[in-house]
Amino acid sequence: MTETKPFPLNAWYAAAWSHEIGRRLEARTICDRDVVLYRRTDGGVAALEDACWHRLVPLSLGHLDGDNVVCGYHGLAFNGAGRCVHMPAQKTINPSACVKAFPVVEKHRLVWLWPGDPALADPALVPDFLWNDGTDRVGEGGTFYNLKCDYRLVVDNLMDLTHETYVHAGSIGDDSITGAPFEVTHSGRTATITRWMIDIEPPPFWAANLGRPGPVDRWQIIRFEAPSVVVGDVGVAPTGSGAPEGDRSQGVNGWFLAAITPARENSCHYFWNFVRSFKTGDAALTRQIARAHVGDGNGLYEQDAFILERQQEAIDRNPRMPFYNLNIDAGALWARRLIDRMIAEEQPAVSPVAAA
Amino acid sequence: MTASVDWRPARLRATRDLTPDIRLFEIEPEGPFAPTSPGSHIKLAVDIDGRPDTRSYSVVDACRDGIYRIAVKRLADSHGGSRHMWRLVPGAALSVGMAVNDFPLAAGRPEYLLVAGGIGITPIHAHALALAERGADFRLLYGVRRAADLAFAEELGTLLGPRLQTFVGEAGQRIDLAAEIGRLAPGGELYVCGPLPMLDAARQAWRDAGRPADLLRFETFGRSGRYPTAPFTVRLAGDGRAIEVPPGRSMLEALEAAGVEMISDCRRGECGLCALPILAADGPIDHRDVFFSDAEKAANAKLCTCVSRLAGGTITVDTGERPA
Repeated sequence: MTETKPFPLNAWYAAAWSHEIGRRLEARTICDRDVVLYRRTDGGVAALEDACWHRLVPLSLGHLDGDNVVCGYHGLAFNGAGRCVHMPAQKTINPSACVKAFPVVEKHRLVWLWPGDPALADPALVPDFLWNDGTDRVGEGGTFYNLKCDYRLVVDNLMDLTHETYVHAGSIGDDSITGAPFEVTHSGRTATITRWMIDIEPPPFWAANLGRPGPVDRWQIIRFEAPSVVVGDVGVAPTGSGAPEGDRSQGVNGWFLAAITPARENSCHYFWNFVRSFKTGDAALTRQIARAHVGDGNGLYEQDAFILERQQEAIDRNPRMPFYNLNIDAGALWARRLIDRMIAEEQPAVSPVAAA
Repeated sequence: MTASVDWRPARLRATRDLTPDIRLFEIEPEGPFAPTSPGSHIKLAVDIDGRPDTRSYSVVDACRDGIYRIAVKRLADSHGGSRHMWRLVPGAALSVGMAVNDFPLAAGRPEYLLVAGGIGITPIHAHALALAERGADFRLLYGVRRAADLAFAEELGTLLGPRLQTFVGEAGQRIDLAAEIGRLAPGGELYVCGPLPMLDAARQAWRDAGRPADLLRFETFGRSGRYPTAPFTVRLAGDGRAIEVPPGRSMLEALEAAGVEMISDCRRGECGLCALPILAADGPIDHRDVFFSDAEKAANAKLCTCVSRLAGGTITVDTGERPA
């Protein structure tokens, strides 16, 4: 009955970019919950269960009337807290009539939603995503909505950049990645992989942006925050300029940002961005980088999305086939360990008697 | 709301009498435990004079240990549910339906006022425990007729301290709803569960205070009204048949038992589906629902047969059935 899902519910998940939520009804599926999002007249965001109390018709098919959602079928109206404020053809309102309201916060240019117990929804627990604020670092991201794979496959993908050598050959992929040692560290909610490639030829993207010849030290410091946010601190600096010791002033630095939200068990929303702290005034470069990630179908993330969906299809066709793990999967395995821990923590306790 | 219920086997683990009339039941479902939220109720399969029926009971706490705890009051005019429950002994096999929450507790309100009357304490008790755990700002006003009726009062007093106030009617203590609502922070919510006169008074006071209707939450059980429960007669306008409604049965149940086809859903005076037009009545009509407005009740054009009654005498109704 309470079959365990592969995602914790008591967590903040990115539901939309702030600019996507306005005075209209926006439907999303988050952790198996159908949700309708809209902006109230006071500027705050409301998120309700997207199924009318009366006949379950999606409320997102209705319309906004002030701060209320009016069902498009029989006109029942629900306020931003999910309480019914109008029932057709009667003078009173059934006291049981309400739809679930989900806690929402806006932070780091995203709308975050808490699908679990509202009483536990502490805004201080929103994942660290400040690189996306649009202040010191610039970048134009986007979302793969309803990507057809388990959200953990995206986490795997980002926690092991060895794949760059193969999936992204010719842009950021480079044989040095597979050759360099890496370190994995972890804490209660985070896992971090640090990889330094010392004295290498920079791959084309970084060579162009560094703008000077010669060997570089390249870093990839990928931080996962459970359940599903990944921030990759990446860049290059001329070899010998002190980057591994902490002085990156001669280098160029970027961050790939990912907030991955389970839609259903085998689908997810992949909110991505790539921000940089160099040439921040260069709008053409911003567009160029965005296009390099998602553009004509062969951008970096489009290459990932293609692989991930084919991987999910293969998993679906081979349900009993185990995954085998390599040394390179340590980061991904730590990430999954932290996810599993969150899931276990929110399972209801069962009395020893009942368990017997 | 009345979608098919998934019944699962369960066992009565223990009982404990909280008052002379209120008994706590610890029910342990088999298999994985479906979690509840404050305000949830479970459905139990019961046997009413030999025929199967269901009853809904609020869980009184967060059920974190995988045990449903409910409290059932033994009613003199029981429709059979409380009589059935009070006959159960520990170890009894039960069937329990999935927990449903029609009285959920909102998160993040600036303040909460909880008001319980009598056995209405059951969902409010779960709300109070949850709010205390969250560290929320709230007060609980708990009214009973006699001091002996105060279930949970001791443990609530220990947990809540001055946030709990009890009111014993017999001792002349009354909840001053207008004053208490006046003290509630703007944006605060009122949760009420208790007999109909208490609910009516709360709704009136809430309206008078100019508070937004959606911040008043209440749950009803349709077992009390303005008049004592008495037997009465229903006469069917169509065929003139007379059907007796004893105190332990609702008008809807009596009609159904007599073979009259009825449509109903909530069976606690909320949805209005079972309402029938009143053609004549020679006794006072005791509207016990929350579906009709005060003006509609005063007009006495229809009544909700699941909860409303005649305080004695004969009522003539139109069941809607017509010759083919």
